[in-house]
Amino acid sequence: MSATATAVSAQGSDSPFPLEKDDLLSAYRTMKTIREFEDRLHVDFARGDIPGFVHLYAGEEAAATGIMMHLTDEDRIASTHRGHGHCIAKGVSVHEMMGEIYGKVSGACRGKGGSMHIADLSKGMMGANGILGAGAPLACGAALAAKKLGHKGVGISFVGDGASNQGMFLESLNLAGVWELPVIFVVENNGYAESTSVDWAVASDSYVDRANGFGLPGVTVDGTDFFAVHEAAGEMIRRARDGGGPSLLECKMIRFHGHFEGDAQTYRAEGEVEDIRNNRDCIKMFADRVSEAGVISRVETDAVDAEVATLIDSAVEQAKAAPLPDTADLLTDVYVKY
Amino acid sequence: MTRKISMKEAVNEALDQEMQRDPTVVVMGEDIVGGTGSPGEDDAWGGVLGVTKGLYAKHGDRLMDTPLSESAYIGAAIGAATCGLRPVAELMFVDFMGVCLDEIFNQGAKFRYMFGGKVETPVVIRAMCGAGFRAAAQHSQMLTPVFTHIPGLKVVCPSNAYDTKGLLAQSIRDNDPVIFLEHKNLYAHESDVPEESYTIPFGEAAVLREGKSATVATYGQTVHRSVEAAETLAKDGVDVEVIDLRTLSPIDNDTVIESVEKTGRLVCVDEANPRCSIASDVSATVAQEAFGALKAPIQMVTAPHTPVPFSPALEDLYIPTADGIADAVRKTMAA
Amino acid sequence: MSEQIIPIVMPKWGLSMQEGRLSVWHVKEGDVIEPGQEIMDVETEKIANAVEAADGGLLRRRVAQEDMVYPVRALLGVLAPVEVSDAEIDVYVAGFEMPQADEEEEEQAPAYLFVETPAGRLRYAERGSEGDAIVLVHGFGGDLDNWLFNIDALAAGGRVYAIDLPGHGQSAKTADGGIVGLVDALSGFTDAVDIGAAHFVGHSLGGAISAMLALKDPGKVKSLTFVDAAGLGEEINSTYIDGFIAAESRRELKPVIEHLFADKALVSRQMIDDLLKYKRLDGVDEALGSISASAFGGGVQSAVLADQITRSGIPVLVIWGEDDAIIPVSHAEAVAGAKIEIIVGVGHMPQMEAAGQVNDLIRDFLDAV
Repeated sequence: MSATATAVSAQGSDSPFPLEKDDLLSAYRTMKTIREFEDRLHVDFARGDIPGFVHLYAGEEAAATGIMMHLTDEDRIASTHRGHGHCIAKGVSVHEMMGEIYGKVSGACRGKGGSMHIADLSKGMMGANGILGAGAPLACGAALAAKKLGHKGVGISFVGDGASNQGMFLESLNLAGVWELPVIFVVENNGYAESTSVDWAVASDSYVDRANGFGLPGVTVDGTDFFAVHEAAGEMIRRARDGGGPSLLECKMIRFHGHFEGDAQTYRAEGEVEDIRNNRDCIKMFADRVSEAGVISRVETDAVDAEVATLIDSAVEQAKAAPLPDTADLLTDVYVKY
Repeated sequence: MTRKISMKEAVNEALDQEMQRDPTVVVMGEDIVGGTGSPGEDDAWGGVLGVTKGLYAKHGDRLMDTPLSESAYIGAAIGAATCGLRPVAELMFVDFMGVCLDEIFNQGAKFRYMFGGKVETPVVIRAMCGAGFRAAAQHSQMLTPVFTHIPGLKVVCPSNAYDTKGLLAQSIRDNDPVIFLEHKNLYAHESDVPEESYTIPFGEAAVLREGKSATVATYGQTVHRSVEAAETLAKDGVDVEVIDLRTLSPIDNDTVIESVEKTGRLVCVDEANPRCSIASDVSATVAQEAFGALKAPIQMVTAPHTPVPFSPALEDLYIPTADGIADAVRKTMAA
Repeated sequence: MSEQIIPIVMPKWGLSMQEGRLSVWHVKEGDVIEPGQEIMDVETEKIANAVEAADGGLLRRRVAQEDMVYPVRALLGVLAPVEVSDAEIDVYVAGFEMPQADEEEEEQAPAYLFVETPAGRLRYAERGSEGDAIVLVHGFGGDLDNWLFNIDALAAGGRVYAIDLPGHGQSAKTADGGIVGLVDALSGFTDAVDIGAAHFVGHSLGGAISAMLALKDPGKVKSLTFVDAAGLGEEINSTYIDGFIAAESRRELKPVIEHLFADKALVSRQMIDDLLKYKRLDGVDEALGSISASAFGGGVQSAVLADQITRSGIPVLVIWGEDDAIIPVSHAEAVAGAKIEIIVGVGHMPQMEAAGQVNDLIRDFLDAV
């Protein structure tokens, strides 16, 4: 498998991209929704509106979006602590997510999970996860269920470059290979495990080598390039659905914000963040390409921007207005029956 | 029809019948088929002690050997449980929970609460527990209190074949994650078991012997030692009620309290280490809820605060004995 | 002189009893005991009951102590006329050996048998080898052990069969056909075991089933004994029926089962535990639900057969516990021309609560038929 496999143009389309205009607009809307959601949290968190702590996905939108466009609700993803982008791309309600982050009963988890535990199984979202690497075995489980129940669903495990060093992640690569599971391990390599550089913390130079060491095919793509991610993921997902087994996709990404909000990021190079924001913004690059190709106009993307801004405003407004859980909620939902 | 079978056979029969009953039940674990990919027989072992022997022949690839990767396959079982399967994952020895505890206590146990009650995780994690097998410190622990501490888990530890079959069937049909602990020293123990399937609800202790003088509350291997102690004491006119807790989370405090209200005396027997144990938990509950009924201080008979020793001479001292339990009852009677 | 000494021993009730606890003596040394008199209470794991004296005479010695457990056939007391000296009694007690003969018998004849019938595999017990067949049919939620105090006593006068109806005891747990299915199953059982025409003794729902069989296939039924039977009137305690089906725990089931007995103390922990074990078998809830819906739907008995039974001319004995809380004792009067026996001080289970009396009544009735 290769990251440079030939792109297949959408047949009978004027689009020079392998996606129809509607799909491209949809991809733009998803990425923009993630960005607006995260940027809004950045502001509101600093203002003290939001309890706890949040890990923002801004800058990484192309990866979640490029992968998730291939999935249906039957496909399952196991996300990370930096899960908002995965949730939005997988179709979880933005209003419910915002409600959850504010700790309100209107939240996706009725305020009991918070930012790090947003889940919506009805959308195939098995949960953000506060334990790094823990999602990999869960995604294997989802893939096993698909295989045993005889449907074509796949499991997608997201990990960061840091969690890729966890035993449970590495064990999962082997288990998936042994059981020939329809699962794709996505390493979102944004260069930092919290504050620690990937160059230091990962002894291997290549995630492709690492995958190969477990007998799995692996591919590295530019995670800021929506089209590269979309193409590589598409091929892996098709392969998994057809019984071809597991594979690993490394997306090289960039992180606009700190590990968590409030992180002064003094471990980063001077000017690094300004540079990536100016020159490697995945949404800007996507918009430039589709508008330069004459498929989607600036007017159209501006309209989406306005739509998204309204959506996020309304999500925040609703979350702030929603009631807090009450005393009785403390003790419910521990068991189905006890 | 009812006949005598061993606890080991009861586990096998419950798995067999539940797999027949529900096609979403799958069974996985190290060596549970016991030969996958080997040049010899595919199902040479059927589990390290042969508990799952014969099931592969009946149910094929719904039984899965796993690599020695507890984190991965226990986690996969938990993940699969949220996606429409009812996996029964065998952890072989409960002592191995250390290498996969995150998947159990941070993932499976918490999903329902963290996700606002919107998820069910019907997974069973079976494991052998307990001392007396000369298996030393890393293959002989009870560890029951580790699991009962965790909200979201149910914890079962039967003492006989009848309870084993019914509680395992209930565990598999249950929609919450269940830790099902099988005392390896009881695998050969036989009792009357119906051929038909049946379930025993969680949170219901069994009163194995009614008595008026003192109450002994316990579970697992020490149930039998407590009954033996009660029989010894009966000869001296001390009439001991023996309660097998059977499930530790939920736990049937009501039956213990009801009994203590009758006898006024309580001995809690636990093969687990003493600190924050099932024994200390039951003792605290009774002291809080039924202090007025107590005629004497509660006694606890537990393993010491040590790892499980290897030498048979030491291991036999480690496990609570019938004599030790009888002495504790005499102590409450004297007070 | 020792032939004048008569032992009182621990009785064996039912098939599984191995020992019993003498809870209380009702007679003291020096009392003259009549046969049939209640002389002590014994508790087994399954039930507590009064022991009726098999023989009469002067109670010379209470060998067994209250609150102690004794094996079946252990010596509990000694009857002897006044001429027998205390020393002779001492010698008798010291030399008493528990008869062991039954063990071999038990090994030869299994306690329970199974037979394949069109209604599935049915469990039954068989006692006695000569005379007319007597079939004992338990009620709703019961099983053949409901006859544990009767089966051996009646075997002296006939071949006694006690069955577990479908959905009950250890028989197949399918009872899709409701009450009609039970009648077919009972009929199928008599064919499968080839017992020919028989006397049917039906308790509660078992009475209605037996009556329906008699009306459907008169050649199979020589006589009917109704013990607190269904099928004779409309009323039934639906709180009991529904409560029995719904109960999931000891705490829920115990008060329900207490409805069955006039003496609530008879309801032992083991009895409740055994019932729970039965109720927890897969298929039992559905079977009981289906039977209940067809037999007692809407809280009313669906089959009221008294007049038809009267017209059939079949000999009928009716036995009823005066304090029956499940089916009113007034139903005992329903079959015109039947021999009616009301037993005072017992509830819905006279065959257990007043076993000796019930056994005598049935034996006398069958002798006369």
